[in-house]
Amino acid sequence: MERRFLLNDRLVELGPDERGLALAWLRQRQGLCGTKEGCGEGECGACTVLLGELSPRGVVYRAVASCLLPVGELPGRHLVTIEGLNPPTGLNPIQQQFVDEGAPQCGFCFPGMVVSLTGFFLDSADLSVNDGLAALDGNICRCTGYAAIVRAVTALAATYRPLLDPTRARVDQLAEWGILPAAFATAAARLSTLGAPPIERFDTTAPAVLFAGGTDLIVQQPDLPAAADLAYLSRRPELRVIERELDELVIGGAVTIEEFGHAPEFRALVPDAPAIVGRFGSTLIRNRATVAGNLVNASPIGDVTILLLALGAKVVLSRDGRRRTVPLSEFFLGYKQLAREPGELVAAVRVPASVAGDLVSFEKVSQRRFLDIAGVNSAARIRCRDGLLERVTLAVGGVAPVPLSASSTAAYLTGRTLDAATALAAADVLESEIAPISDVRGSAGYKRELARRVLFAHLLRVAPDRLRVEELV
Amino acid sequence: MSREDVYLHVRGESTFVDDLAAPAGQLFAAVLGSPVAHGTITRLDASGALQHSGVVRVLTAADIPGENQIGPILPDEPLLADGTVHHVGQPVAVVLAETLAAARRARRDIALEIDPLPPVLDARAAAARGQLLLPARTFALGDVDAAWSRCAQVVTGRADSGAQEHFYLETQGALAVPAENGTVVIHSSTQSPTGVQRQAARVLGVPMHAVEVDVRRLGGGFGGKEDQATPWAVICALGAALTGCAVRLVLDRRDDLVMTGKRHPYSSDFKLGLAEDGEFLAYEVVYYQNAGSAADLSPAILERSLFHATGSYAIANVRATALSCRTNLAPFTAFRGFGGPQAMFVLEAAIDAAARGMGVAARDLQRRNLLREGSVFPYGQTADECHAERCWNEADRAYDFAAIASAAAEHNRSHAGTKKGTAVMPVCFGISFTNPSLNQAGALVHVYADGSVGVATGAVEMGQGVNQKIRRIVAAALGVATARVRLDTTNTSRVANTSPTAASAGADLNGMATRLACLQIRGRLQQFAADRLGGAEPAQIGFADERVLLAGQSTPLDWPELIRSAQLARIDLSAHAHYATPRIAFDKTAEKGRPFAYHVYGTAITEVTLDCLRGTATIDAVRLVHDAGKSIDLATDRGQVEGALAQGLGWMLLEDVTWDEAGRLRQDTAGKYKVPDLGFVPPVLEVAFLEDADNPHAVLGSKGIGEPPLMYGIGAYFALRDALAAARGDLAADYTAPLTCERTLQLLAGRATGHATPNLEESPS
Repeated sequence: MERRFLLNDRLVELGPDERGLALAWLRQRQGLCGTKEGCGEGECGACTVLLGELSPRGVVYRAVASCLLPVGELPGRHLVTIEGLNPPTGLNPIQQQFVDEGAPQCGFCFPGMVVSLTGFFLDSADLSVNDGLAALDGNICRCTGYAAIVRAVTALAATYRPLLDPTRARVDQLAEWGILPAAFATAAARLSTLGAPPIERFDTTAPAVLFAGGTDLIVQQPDLPAAADLAYLSRRPELRVIERELDELVIGGAVTIEEFGHAPEFRALVPDAPAIVGRFGSTLIRNRATVAGNLVNASPIGDVTILLLALGAKVVLSRDGRRRTVPLSEFFLGYKQLAREPGELVAAVRVPASVAGDLVSFEKVSQRRFLDIAGVNSAARIRCRDGLLERVTLAVGGVAPVPLSASSTAAYLTGRTLDAATALAAADVLESEIAPISDVRGSAGYKRELARRVLFAHLLRVAPDRLRVEELV
Repeated sequence: MSREDVYLHVRGESTFVDDLAAPAGQLFAAVLGSPVAHGTITRLDASGALQHSGVVRVLTAADIPGENQIGPILPDEPLLADGTVHHVGQPVAVVLAETLAAARRARRDIALEIDPLPPVLDARAAAARGQLLLPARTFALGDVDAAWSRCAQVVTGRADSGAQEHFYLETQGALAVPAENGTVVIHSSTQSPTGVQRQAARVLGVPMHAVEVDVRRLGGGFGGKEDQATPWAVICALGAALTGCAVRLVLDRRDDLVMTGKRHPYSSDFKLGLAEDGEFLAYEVVYYQNAGSAADLSPAILERSLFHATGSYAIANVRATALSCRTNLAPFTAFRGFGGPQAMFVLEAAIDAAARGMGVAARDLQRRNLLREGSVFPYGQTADECHAERCWNEADRAYDFAAIASAAAEHNRSHAGTKKGTAVMPVCFGISFTNPSLNQAGALVHVYADGSVGVATGAVEMGQGVNQKIRRIVAAALGVATARVRLDTTNTSRVANTSPTAASAGADLNGMATRLACLQIRGRLQQFAADRLGGAEPAQIGFADERVLLAGQSTPLDWPELIRSAQLARIDLSAHAHYATPRIAFDKTAEKGRPFAYHVYGTAITEVTLDCLRGTATIDAVRLVHDAGKSIDLATDRGQVEGALAQGLGWMLLEDVTWDEAGRLRQDTAGKYKVPDLGFVPPVLEVAFLEDADNPHAVLGSKGIGEPPLMYGIGAYFALRDALAAARGDLAADYTAPLTCERTLQLLAGRATGHATPNLEESPS
């Protein structure tokens, strides 16, 4: 079983006893302690690393949380830690800018901040300040209040954005600026000689566990990678495709949420997609979590799930070469119960192309705006002409044991002319089809009130001239 | 000159406890916490855990050779539960194993059975049952009872502020390494090395000299590692003593959240009386502090609430009473502000209620009653070098409070979907430990033969920049570049009997001790240099820019040569010094005295926008003027202001800590407890420092900085209430913090559930 990969500037090989999570492996086996453990569930970013993967465009690097990354994902790839970004002496420009702004205080979160910003330099199309700040949406700092961090990002974008030459390979430019060490230049060639098995077999008696992004699975079962064989979906190229197929967009079962949100094929249907997807998790989570994984996780409050439900998506399930398609609205049977047979894999999600031209509205009210689970989330797909609601689909999360297709509410609205009376009556219909419970995200009464209000928010977005907030609440 | 450690931080090369290399034979510890809030242990059987491969030993209370006690103020906190449990997560047993995974797995197979007893979770309920840690304390000034009849307006009400989790990014942890003859070296992430040393010696039954505690740095502390780093360090020491192996214990985030204490929730009753012209004539307040299951530092925190009962205001008639209530929650503990924020929140609630009752702007009442030079605090101290009005006036001049408020009002007239609110928050915070005996520090300075300088103090670096400030103090005293100066680890064998690094006093106390040590060496060098320079007067010798000066003029003698020759001439190039803050005293019988060396002042104005549809708020801007004295390191002080403010904002608007009826923490993972992120903090933050504000009472004219700016965050709460009041005129007089999204929507909708139309202003458009 081939288990070789690039760790910073050197080729390493995992032994058969090395099966856990990358964070612990880096710290305990490699003595690379610049990567810190702050939470163990991808919520703080102190353990951020870059994961590079060979693609036709060269090596694509993504910032990810190493506390949720099984080492079995590493073979054939390039793992970059803060140690791999450090120049031999002195500081690279990101580090220097942080120092110049006097940003670090206790210092625990800063290696992760540097790695995340390196991810920004690798991934951002135009090196805008907003992209730079968004790249830190999964990095928590408890000391600084972020002001000095914002100053540093602003200064970095001001310096490097004008220098960007889109005709050149990004890795080469970053190396020239001193942001990346020279080892990156040869990474593609070195990775091309490596292979990796899609399933790592240690314990052949039990079936391998299907493993996608793992961003929830590892939180629930951190011991899993050490205890079970994992079948890594990221190693199946056919699952990583986003393509238009007649009147549907097909999203492969291992496509990440970040890839999905920024795919030109999806943006053609939902132009607002990057902004909507920016409310899901954090950059670090979206770079690993998959669209299909969000569905299979079956959380009644999953953001991707709610969006796809409103879009009228379908799920393609496969096992042993047999495939069947289930409308997403029929996929959720009960709390954490799916219309999925044991061993069945979500091979793809199909989104109807007829979405194009409809307004797609996403709402999420969470205690913290970013990287938080909503009290209530909701998505709507609405076609409205001169106030006439020609087509409405609505999904609401956090108000039922399953991600809810609010079909009665949608049916009520469809064919009506939008005004305050219609909106209020629709909210009453919505209240009749939800059954929220009180939990850590809010009381049942609060969620009930929120459900009405997110519906109003959709309707205000579709026809801001026909409704006024004060008529509704 | 940048801080030495920031280079290491951005390269990931700074060492925290869990980064220390594993000593040979190291064991990992996992702590079994009580699953119930209150009860009697009927069975504790570790045999199941001992069946796991790699498990070496399981520790329980019966294994403790010394005293099973780590309470710092009251002896009410066993290291490991003995017979009864008093909160969920209370340590009951410890598994020691060769791997972390084995220790955590085996922990699940300890058989623990507990007969549950009813838990008491609420401070008022505990008070009603007489569960007080100590008798109630009252601070009084003037004659409150006689003053009410003179008041034109009296408001009464209740204010509640919630707990706050420290969420230091580095969780609690320690590594204990046994040494010869029963001694142990403990590497601990603690703000209180001496506290760890004292309690470890107590539990092991050895003298303090047998325990060495060493601290390089902390990945954040904020008070959470002042006392509550101790149990984990002592558990490691106990394990090391009993097995002869090094023991490492680093809590995972979930254990840290469940097992360690947080900022105290307070529930308070207030009564504020005002004259026609808005003067605060009388203020009466009762604080119910939820102390949790053991005293920890609660009595000291309660005391600081009393000291800050009147906030930034002069009030002639005051009665403030405080009760520390024992409940079945993890012992609440120090958190930046140390009881001060809770007290100031109550008074600001009273002012808000009064302003709405009188139909005046809160800021007019605030301004009218600010402390002035010579104002008397209820505890008897006078406000000297008082900058309350200066800070207010400077902030008003720089930012124009009236213009900000009228811009918000203008917005509110033309927008129904969003409302803006503003609030001004003046802060006055006393600097010194309120326990006078803690106001002392030691420092040990070595000048090495090559001219480099090593410094050891009792101060712990946790990101607040104390090491950088001390470097600057050394550089100023010896006339050398800061690059020559390095701070050693904080180690109980180098500097003994230290106070915790806390109370915003770390740089004040340890900086002054360091300066005194440097001045001893400087005096010897003056004598030596005077002799070398042909018998000049020692007093005429100076040191600057790495050169020896004679009567202010540069001489050929530079620092390296001076030190090289002084060492050959057998001059003592080392010094230890001790500093004790002068002129502070407090009489607890009379509750009067001069507890603080000085006060810190400042004023902030906060603007928020309320989304009236979704019931969410954004903090648009905070602009402030802060009195940092004459700053030793401006970048460091700015960072402290910005960071403390964010924590204060989080405490008021974001960070919610709740327990279920069984006393189990609901926010028991990082996924459920949300601290400020980049998207939460205000996009506009203006920090200005008060000029010409040299402080005669601390080192080099500086002032303590760590805690006071946190309380600017209180302004965000009242700014959001201001926005809510713009959305509905009949806003409920509910003063519960944090003002979460759910509470905001309840206030906005005027109800908890249902959907009656609230009283919203009509939009003209």
